[in-house]
Amino acid sequence: MVVGHGVRCLSQLAELPELHQMMRQTCRDYAQKELAPIAAQLDKDHRFPAKQVQELGAMGVMAVEVPESLGGAGMDYLAYCLAVEELSRGCASTGVIVSVNNSLYLGPILKFGTEEQKKQWITPFTTGEKVGCFALSEPGNGSDAGAASTLAQREGDEWVLNGTKAWITNCWDASATVVFATTDKSLKHKGISAFLVPMPHPGLSLGKKEDKLGIRASSTANIILEDCRIPLGNMLGERGMGFKIAMRFSIPQQTLDSGRLGIAAQALGIAQAALDCAADYAHKRTAFGAPIGKLQAIQFKLADMALATESARLLTWRAAMLRDAKKPFTKEAAMAKLAASEAATFVSHQAIQVLGGMGYVTDMPAERHYRDARITEIYEGTSEIQRLVIANNILKEYQQ
Amino acid sequence: MHRSSEVKHLASDFNTRACECFGQPPVQPFESHCPVLTDRTVRVQLKVLKVKDGSVFFIRVKPDRTGVVTDGVKHSMNPFCEIAVEEAVKLKEKKLVKEVVAVSCGPQQVQETIRTALAMGADRGIHVEVSGKDYETLGPLQVSKIFAALAKKEQADLIILGKQAIDDDCNQTGQMTAALLDWPQGTFASEVTLEADKLKVVREIDGGLETIKINLPAVVTADLRLNTPRYATLPNIMKAKKKKITNVKPADLGVDVSSRLEVLKVDEPPQRQSGVKVETVHDLVEKLKEAGRI
Repeated sequence: MVVGHGVRCLSQLAELPELHQMMRQTCRDYAQKELAPIAAQLDKDHRFPAKQVQELGAMGVMAVEVPESLGGAGMDYLAYCLAVEELSRGCASTGVIVSVNNSLYLGPILKFGTEEQKKQWITPFTTGEKVGCFALSEPGNGSDAGAASTLAQREGDEWVLNGTKAWITNCWDASATVVFATTDKSLKHKGISAFLVPMPHPGLSLGKKEDKLGIRASSTANIILEDCRIPLGNMLGERGMGFKIAMRFSIPQQTLDSGRLGIAAQALGIAQAALDCAADYAHKRTAFGAPIGKLQAIQFKLADMALATESARLLTWRAAMLRDAKKPFTKEAAMAKLAASEAATFVSHQAIQVLGGMGYVTDMPAERHYRDARITEIYEGTSEIQRLVIANNILKEYQQ
Repeated sequence: MHRSSEVKHLASDFNTRACECFGQPPVQPFESHCPVLTDRTVRVQLKVLKVKDGSVFFIRVKPDRTGVVTDGVKHSMNPFCEIAVEEAVKLKEKKLVKEVVAVSCGPQQVQETIRTALAMGADRGIHVEVSGKDYETLGPLQVSKIFAALAKKEQADLIILGKQAIDDDCNQTGQMTAALLDWPQGTFASEVTLEADKLKVVREIDGGLETIKINLPAVVTADLRLNTPRYATLPNIMKAKKKKITNVKPADLGVDVSSRLEVLKVDEPPQRQSGVKVETVHDLVEKLKEAGRI
């Protein structure tokens, strides 16, 4: 399917295979024509782009890596990253909605689900009709995922879930969630298991929609579980496997590593959109008798912005290629996410500076990119956590 | 962008079937032309043109004034051809046509455009190799000859093309192809319906909408409102990779691609002059009289 399957060489970073170029183009066309024109209004209205999500589902973008037999597009991770970047370039909220559905919801089920679970929980979520979400964080712990306090108790042939999950993207629009709960707190992170819960469901309620700084077209809220009963068959993977499913431990290619690259791709899209905006403005705006693009101060900014974006992009592609080649990619994924999210905040910050006063008002998209970019340094592993992951990997490499 | 050009007719041995009154001849066609042929059982041959992307803003005339700069300019499928492809694929989905063949004439790069057509749903592609100087002078007449030859070879029943290319706006290929084949034509189509062995075509004309019924085989050219082209889905992009594109040379079809037209010059349109604001209608009339306009 992809040129050089199995042996990804660095030269591939320079020129994407034809298949990937085509799908990147189709996503770019869609984002330019269907997302970019409505992104500002979606942000203002905090409105979930249901129609666009369905259209993206029909294109196969809501389930890029899911095999065709289950209703997906059957493409690789690099293709997924390209899709998320191009869509985020048009609308960052739509990018995260697509990313969460692909990486955080479909990802773990594809990897750890039984055939029966896959049919029930994957296929209906490939078409854009339904989206899923991922409930790991709690009010009491985000980075410290092992300290989960949501409980799962076995009662007869049911699991009963109790607890509160926080910051769940997509939850107000989702039809199912992957929930992480502990069956034995004394086992700490080894006691956590993953469960599949349909939405709506008795015992599951949603908190108020958070009023966020950015990515406002996607919903974020708490999920409250009060004696939420689900069949035993709804456990994903084995008991106690939850942490491994969520993180990456000894088994490579786990969920958050993959989700990390989805967010890296989203950050790249935001950075690129901000760069597009600034470069375009530099051509058109005149000051001191010439377009401001002639001024070195602006040129240096644009150069730094492009460099930051392109570097992060190559890191992201490389991590994606490693994953596709089934090689370890934890360090590379952390580097990509760190670089891309910091690039997004840097580039969007500078874009406002290039636009001057116009960057501060809603007439131009620069202010929205600035607001959208900020979250990328926080969710799916804060920048601080990414640095810890990178450092741990490096120290391991140098271990005597 | 409007281009003005003067053309000298170098030869008068036009095919007598082709209409001679073409007015302004094409200037530097950058597109690859593909006819869409469709069979009754249908093989639809699509015309797929690769033109400069409609969203490209900075087009410059070449220093030698023989055309515009195309190096480094983004090219994509001609929008009217996209509509043609969409229509053909729709006919196939309705099971009214058997096979959709996308054809493009040009250098290696047009294969990309053919693949896009395949990703939209065409079954196979034909790349008619024309490159270098031949490509620069490739115009509707040569393309129509190629299409006519292919139509006969492929035994197509329906040719669907975009009504015109957005870079040279010739609006000639469809009509010429029909004439060369002696087939009926339904141009500027905003609606196409297959009824038994006839084609009902609603045409957008200056006076309104004209509905005609033509026999197959026929040539149809697509206008803007015929349909809204689909985005290629990811699974279809994957499938497109496996679909076949055959290469063919104009000589194989017995077509001579040398041009009978010589571009004398290409100029940018004159700089737009600023206007004058007047206070009253009286002033306006005076000013128009002064300028000799009335």
